[in-house]
Amino acid sequence: MTPVIELSGLGRAYGDRAVLRGVTLTVAAGQTLVVFGPNGAGKSTLLRILATLLRPTTGTVRVLGSTLPGEAWKARGRIGLLGHEPLLYRELSARQNLRYHARLHQVDPARIEQLLDAVGLARRADDPVSTYSRGMVQRAAVARAVLHDPELLLLDEPRANLDPAATEHLEPLLRGERGGPPRTRVITSHDPAGGLAEADLALGLKGGRTALFAPAGDVTAAEIGELYR
Amino acid sequence: MYGKGLRTLSVATLITLIGAFALVFFWTPNEADQGFVQKIFYLHVPMAIVALCGFVVGGIFAIQHLRTREPIWDLRSYVAIHIAIILAVGTLITGSIWARAAWGHWWLWDEPTLVSFLIVFLLYATYTPMRFAIEDRERQARYASVFAIVAGAFVPLNFAAVRASQENTHPRVLNTTGGALPGDMRLTFLIAIVGMTLLFITLYRFELSTKQTRSHISSLKRKLSGDDDLPVLRRSAAPTL
Amino acid sequence: MRVLGALLRKELRLELRTLESVPGMALFSVTTFVVFHFGLNRPNIEGDLAAGVFVVTILFAGMLGLNRLYVADQEEGGFDGFLMAPVDRTWLFVAKAIALFTYLVVVEIVAVPAFGLLLLQPSILPVLPSVIVVLLLANLGFAIIAALIGAIAVHTRARDLIGPLICLPLLIPVVIGSARALEPLFTQGGAGTLETKWLLILGLYDLVFGLLSVAVFDPLLED
Repeated sequence: MTPVIELSGLGRAYGDRAVLRGVTLTVAAGQTLVVFGPNGAGKSTLLRILATLLRPTTGTVRVLGSTLPGEAWKARGRIGLLGHEPLLYRELSARQNLRYHARLHQVDPARIEQLLDAVGLARRADDPVSTYSRGMVQRAAVARAVLHDPELLLLDEPRANLDPAATEHLEPLLRGERGGPPRTRVITSHDPAGGLAEADLALGLKGGRTALFAPAGDVTAAEIGELYR
Repeated sequence: MYGKGLRTLSVATLITLIGAFALVFFWTPNEADQGFVQKIFYLHVPMAIVALCGFVVGGIFAIQHLRTREPIWDLRSYVAIHIAIILAVGTLITGSIWARAAWGHWWLWDEPTLVSFLIVFLLYATYTPMRFAIEDRERQARYASVFAIVAGAFVPLNFAAVRASQENTHPRVLNTTGGALPGDMRLTFLIAIVGMTLLFITLYRFELSTKQTRSHISSLKRKLSGDDDLPVLRRSAAPTL
Repeated sequence: MRVLGALLRKELRLELRTLESVPGMALFSVTTFVVFHFGLNRPNIEGDLAAGVFVVTILFAGMLGLNRLYVADQEEGGFDGFLMAPVDRTWLFVAKAIALFTYLVVVEIVAVPAFGLLLLQPSILPVLPSVIVVLLLANLGFAIIAALIGAIAVHTRARDLIGPLICLPLLIPVVIGSARALEPLFTQGGAGTLETKWLLILGLYDLVFGLLSVAVFDPLLED
């Protein structure tokens, strides 16, 4: 079985400024990779490259069997992204936003209602997103990210705006559909203990380079803490 | 290492241009209606033609850039457009002087070539500010290429539209293609065009090799001071390699 | 078509909800007519002056629409959301151009009667069909250029300045074509007929830049 993510010597530069250098790793289907590192270490850049939104400067990237950026169109629609931005139009309601994305992704409209229920937004689904609290926006964004049941889910600090109860509530959605296989996930995190608990693989980035890459079981929270020194 | 052949090219340019102007002043006869002042024609028209070609060439380089995504093509497109803009300023100034001498006005709205030229110049005048307003270098290069392609296609279309709008207003004083010129005038004119083209190529090569050398030096400096020393990028309209 | 439908529905819904573009553009054009009345100090105008005043007013009203066109996508992540979908990116350009075209039509539904009432000396009713033909062609040219340049301008600092600065010279052929075509229609005595030459220039412009924009739009969307 081909791995979901294969990076080999991945580098990305903005002009002269390199933000990622020589990142090499493999993630198999169903695994969760948690990326640690201080701000500016290149975590978000890595996610944007995997999301096909950013071209790699050097190295090869294969996601879901497609080489980026040339075959990005094959992988699109099979990847979900939950970033710092909710990617929702503020003046449209949650339902309208989801309908728009459902049309783009050819998703059955019935799934919208099901998801609105699952994230606990059914009651406010027709209010514009601009009237939501930050937690509600994040829940709507989760619904958007998993709307098309992506095989690969990219999560940029997904719990930043959520209280523990909401986190627990959304966890099943992020982990995988009921009855289906677990999703392959890449999660960025600043929380060593919590991050390691859900990780199969841990990646530590520092200054755009791989400082650490190992099965989560072999890594201690203290080693993650070292990255932030 | 970047400026190979530049010396020969510069000398050839200089000789051709001096030759052209020697012919203009000492050999070509004065034009019957306008007299001596018509001789600005040998500067103005070649400059205009070369400037327009420079814009179109910049557009072609931009197509190459979008296809290959090599920064060098963006640099080539930038330099070509840059020098064409300078020549365009020269064209507008000499055209204005000519208009003043020939018809008594500094500016004539019913001279379609001049008017089209002003429009094209105003469009390209936004090229550098647009580049400067985009901070990310890669995005800047891509957007500049899209601009260069659209503007390059705009040049001929704009000329057609302006000319159509001014039919039957003003008799064309001179046929700018040179086709209707008497023999000695035509020869001088052709040499002037060759000289101006060489001048464009020389300036283009000079500017290109300066930019290439500069970015080579800065990358060498970076290597010397250690790879981890990230350079602080100044905001700039010019492409980096 | 499914994609175009989704994009257009989103676009028009956003506009209906926020009313950020069209009412402002319509009000701007009516106000500008009043300003021209005082600026020119005339009770009414006709002929080339009328055609010029009208075309330039619509052009500047359109600039307001251009400046708003991509702001929501840029600020609320609409670009990223669209780019991750398995769809052809050119549809975004087509949808934006159609949306702006529609806005201009709505604005003109207000502006043409207002112009006839406030400024134009001859009655506009007999020449209305010809005026509509000219305006549709002009709107199309404007919408194409604005949808393309808007996507550039929205990523620049000072985008409200860069967009119009690039668009105005690019749109001069449209101004020439539509103003010259409208001139005989706005002339006292109704002697004027529509010259096909100007329609051809407008049509050619729309065709060339329509095809060109489709060809170069994709690179604008990458990050």
